[in-house]
Amino acid sequence: MEIKQDLFYTEDHDWIRVEGKRAYIGITDYAQAELGDIVFVDLPEVEDVLEKDDILGAVESVKAASDIYAPIGGTVVEINEKLIDEPELINEQPYESWMVCIEMDDEDAVKELLLAEEYETLIQEEE
Amino acid sequence: MSHLKKTPLYSIYEKDSKIIDFAGWALPLQFTGITQEHQTVRSKAGLFDVSHMGELEVKGKDAERFLQYLFTNDLSSLQEGGAMYGFFCNSNGGVIDDLLIYKLSKTHFLLVVNAVNTEKDQKWLQQYQKDYDVTIINSSSSIVQLALQGPKAEIILQSLTDADLSEISFFTFKRSVLLQGIPCIVSRTGYTGEDGFEIFTSTNFGTQLWKIVMEAGEPLGLQPAGLGCRDTLRFEAGLPLYGHEISEEITPIEAGLGMFVKWNKSFIGKDVLYSQKTNGIKKKLVGFELLKKGIPREGYIIKYDEKEIGVVTTGYLSPTLKKPIGMALIQTEYSTIGTEIDIMIRNRKIKGMVCKKRFYKSKKS
Repeated sequence: MEIKQDLFYTEDHDWIRVEGKRAYIGITDYAQAELGDIVFVDLPEVEDVLEKDDILGAVESVKAASDIYAPIGGTVVEINEKLIDEPELINEQPYESWMVCIEMDDEDAVKELLLAEEYETLIQEEE
Repeated sequence: MSHLKKTPLYSIYEKDSKIIDFAGWALPLQFTGITQEHQTVRSKAGLFDVSHMGELEVKGKDAERFLQYLFTNDLSSLQEGGAMYGFFCNSNGGVIDDLLIYKLSKTHFLLVVNAVNTEKDQKWLQQYQKDYDVTIINSSSSIVQLALQGPKAEIILQSLTDADLSEISFFTFKRSVLLQGIPCIVSRTGYTGEDGFEIFTSTNFGTQLWKIVMEAGEPLGLQPAGLGCRDTLRFEAGLPLYGHEISEEITPIEAGLGMFVKWNKSFIGKDVLYSQKTNGIKKKLVGFELLKKGIPREGYIIKYDEKEIGVVTTGYLSPTLKKPIGMALIQTEYSTIGTEIDIMIRNRKIKGMVCKKRFYKSKKS
């Protein structure tokens, strides 16, 4: 199970790549493996304003829909439209396949996210 | 998973599949992936372990008369060597279970029931048996059931036996078929919308049977298949799943399964069902497709002009048709084919249209 050192994580198995005020959000390798074949991605719209833990969208396998919650509050500034036609990219390259980019209200909120080694511990416990 | 019941085949696929809890059983959800397995069953063949299904035997002089009273379909037209689909209903017409009845002889019937309902069915039978000369035996733990499904099923199975499988027509079976020496009941039935067989044998032959069928079929593309694609396959073929399209709260008439209810005999639930057939029903099971992107899922609310009119019973992005489709129980007045409805997905309205429930029909059947 791949975990990237330079990303932040959540207990819901999302990853967050921070670039200045911008946070790119995707789901982890562990999450995509648990979900199985991803066949549909539901994304928010650009300019949607999200508070932390609002439903940001969903990733759906054949079997089930998994809601994705905003790991951080802010405004959606970009969505990865490529995933709408090729949702399987999330299975193939989970850390390249960001779903949304949020401009954060408060950059300090990053401090509440998990670091790679903390996330690794979490996964080991779940397994 | 240690508290779950396991079929005799568990050790064979334990390491190769993703195991889930299905009605208290540890069973494979998928081996390589639901979509891939689904396509393999549609184009070649898949082998399913369905040993969790319940088997109840009803034996005795009054077996047929007894079952006629509990079963909605008409067993008087069933020949020895034939299988018949139908329901046990309660006095309100709600479905206790849907099942296949195999007529082994005039005085001996095999009932194949849903795993989750096996004990309930057994009690239901026992509750009514006192006026009849019958014995009820729960054989579930001594029978292994495999389902070999797909267009290559017959070629694969024929390579294992001298019995002429082409003589087994749809919804009939043969007893004492030797598959490389293993005695089996071979039935041309299934739950995928494809041609195929359901094979019954004794528990002790289970793993051996799985292995010889897999070996015979692998050169033709046979793969093990899990419960995940079993559900997508039956759904596309418009086949109901107990607890979803039928239940103690949903009658066969509401589910559009009236062809398996016969009026020339008496049976439990007949009055209510007959009234529904003649006077109409308030809710009805329909098929629908989404007209926009999204995937309908069980439990999603259906609206018409802001008014709640029903609920999704099963929904998928169809692996065969590549479009989002579902089945839903909705108020009858909105059930006409072509009616536009709204499916509520994550608080958003997504347009859909009522259509036929049988989304997929194999070329052969």
